[in-house]
Amino acid sequence: MTTEPTVPSVPTEPPLLEVRDLHVEFRTRDGVAHAVNGVSYTVSAAETLAVLGESGSGKSVTAQAIMGILDSPPGFVTQGEILFRGQDLLKMNAEDRRKVRGAKMAMIFQDALSSLNPVLSVGNQLAEMFIVHEGMSRKDAKSKAIELMDRVRIPAARDRVGDYPHQFSGGMRQRIMIAMALALEPDLIIADEPTTALDVTVQAQVMELLAELQREYSMGLILITHDLGVVADVADYIAVMYAGRIVETAPVHEIYRRPAHPYTKGLLASIPRLDQKGRELYAIKGLPPNLLHIPPGCAFNPRCPMAQAVCRADVPPLYEVSPTRASACHFWKEALDG
Amino acid sequence: MPEPENHPDEAMEPAGGTGATMDLAQDEARGLERPPGHETAPGGTTEKPRSLWSDAWRDLRRNPVFILSALVIAFLVVISIWPGLIASGNPLSCNLANSQKGSAPGHPFGFDNQGCDVYTRVVYGARASVTVGVCATLGAAILGSVLGGLAGFFGGAGDAVLSRVSDIFFGIPIVLGGLVFLSVVTGTTVWPVIGFIVLLGWPQIGRIARGSVITARQNDYVQAARALGAGNSRLLLRHIAPNAVAPVIVVATIALGTYISLEATLSYLGVGLKPPTVSWGIDISQASSQIRNAPHMLLWPAGALSVTVLAFIMLGDAVRDALDPKLR
Repeated sequence: MTTEPTVPSVPTEPPLLEVRDLHVEFRTRDGVAHAVNGVSYTVSAAETLAVLGESGSGKSVTAQAIMGILDSPPGFVTQGEILFRGQDLLKMNAEDRRKVRGAKMAMIFQDALSSLNPVLSVGNQLAEMFIVHEGMSRKDAKSKAIELMDRVRIPAARDRVGDYPHQFSGGMRQRIMIAMALALEPDLIIADEPTTALDVTVQAQVMELLAELQREYSMGLILITHDLGVVADVADYIAVMYAGRIVETAPVHEIYRRPAHPYTKGLLASIPRLDQKGRELYAIKGLPPNLLHIPPGCAFNPRCPMAQAVCRADVPPLYEVSPTRASACHFWKEALDG
Repeated sequence: MPEPENHPDEAMEPAGGTGATMDLAQDEARGLERPPGHETAPGGTTEKPRSLWSDAWRDLRRNPVFILSALVIAFLVVISIWPGLIASGNPLSCNLANSQKGSAPGHPFGFDNQGCDVYTRVVYGARASVTVGVCATLGAAILGSVLGGLAGFFGGAGDAVLSRVSDIFFGIPIVLGGLVFLSVVTGTTVWPVIGFIVLLGWPQIGRIARGSVITARQNDYVQAARALGAGNSRLLLRHIAPNAVAPVIVVATIALGTYISLEATLSYLGVGLKPPTVSWGIDISQASSQIRNAPHMLLWPAGALSVTVLAFIMLGDAVRDALDPKLR
């Protein structure tokens, strides 16, 4: 007998979501804005990926492309694959894709007040999920709506099911958005800055709720944020985006300890910390690049303290830092050590 | 360059931050007042859920202009359905011996050229005006909001074609168009007139509907509903239409008044309604040449027409004030 057992017959389960080399551009009057330039990431069930980046880094556009809600025109996916359980969403027809939305993957938006229809009661909007996707009767759907509101811990759900969105506080509204996203127990949730519009104490509660429900349903979660503080507690992996590219990916704790990209280092250094009270807060100099005219070479080079001639000439590929980490910096070793 | 993402990344927007805090305080207080399972909240602490429509209705009920115009319109509708309630005579039974006579017992408004009772004819004339006004408005509103709404929602080539077509209709002078189109129509029913008004009236409403659908479809909740799997028809009917219908209602209510006067104008010119249909426009036309001999023949139908048009326009104004808080 040979020692190496052959395992040809067990196909490996494809990951929940795999984005491969995604390119998205916006064709505007002023020219073509390259919002996403070759993003790849993977999310497995029960795993949280935090996508971090500034405005215009392409993190929300990537999410919209995954959900299939990109405003088109002007936005177009020009290249790449979005594999959901091994199936390319970009090759599906519109109707099949619509059935995936809400049922298999759902999205939570930043501003819950504007994301809820002002003329429908929250109960109606929650019930709609069951009516649209499962053809449930109005009465059954309503009792499911109350159940969901209880689940996201809205006090007196039974009394408040007929209330309108503006009658709820910011935190309660975001809970309702979460309830809507969870209604059909999707496999993947994309939360686009779910706590940005909330005040700090409520942020923590909402994040906690989201993390707890994610564990309970063992969903994959993509958490889009610019807030490193939010990420630390809930994420498993982090992908840092800059000018439509992923510049660094790593398990969450490693990135905090030793970032391997000067941009990540800059982000970490610009978090206010209590032990540095009184000192001037670090800020990354310069502005994010204009997506109509991304600088040649590494997009971060005009702002980078470590930039060399090669950074202005060659686009850095994603270098493997360790089996679980990657950095798109020519000088990732120096960044890691410095 | 324009920001391609919808979500500003600033850590906390000033309005969102403070608003959320205040709302939260209120909300938590309400939550505590109502323990779970407590079916009815203690009186006074809960407001009824308020929607745009219930807000608007509350405003309208307090608006004297609305009450007055609504009463006038209700009265007009009742007499156009049952004119016999207040006029016992027959508008078509006339006695030439009474031609142009002034008011007499039982005939308060006097007699017209043909010796018909002016009072009876004014009462019966309401039916034509109200029928034309209401039907033409319904037709134009339905056609305009369906076409305009679809154009606004789907955009693209269909939208461009529809916009140009409505430009063409806008370019047709309405009275001249009426003279051309309606002069070829024979028959005495109200339908050709209604059809003509719908044909020329829908682009106005279509344009408003298109604009408000475009505004509504850009709302985040439409995007959110799409992200949760709602299809186009559901987005349109449930999320966009209820949020886009208010301007259409306002414009349609005001248009109703102008359509009534348009019917009178066309009838006056002899291309609208034709005898034996009883219409204020026809009566005004016949009376206009006799204004020095028998002014009562002109004043009563003209007065009725003015009051009717004014009532509908005032109603439209009141509805607009109630539905569009920005105009206050």
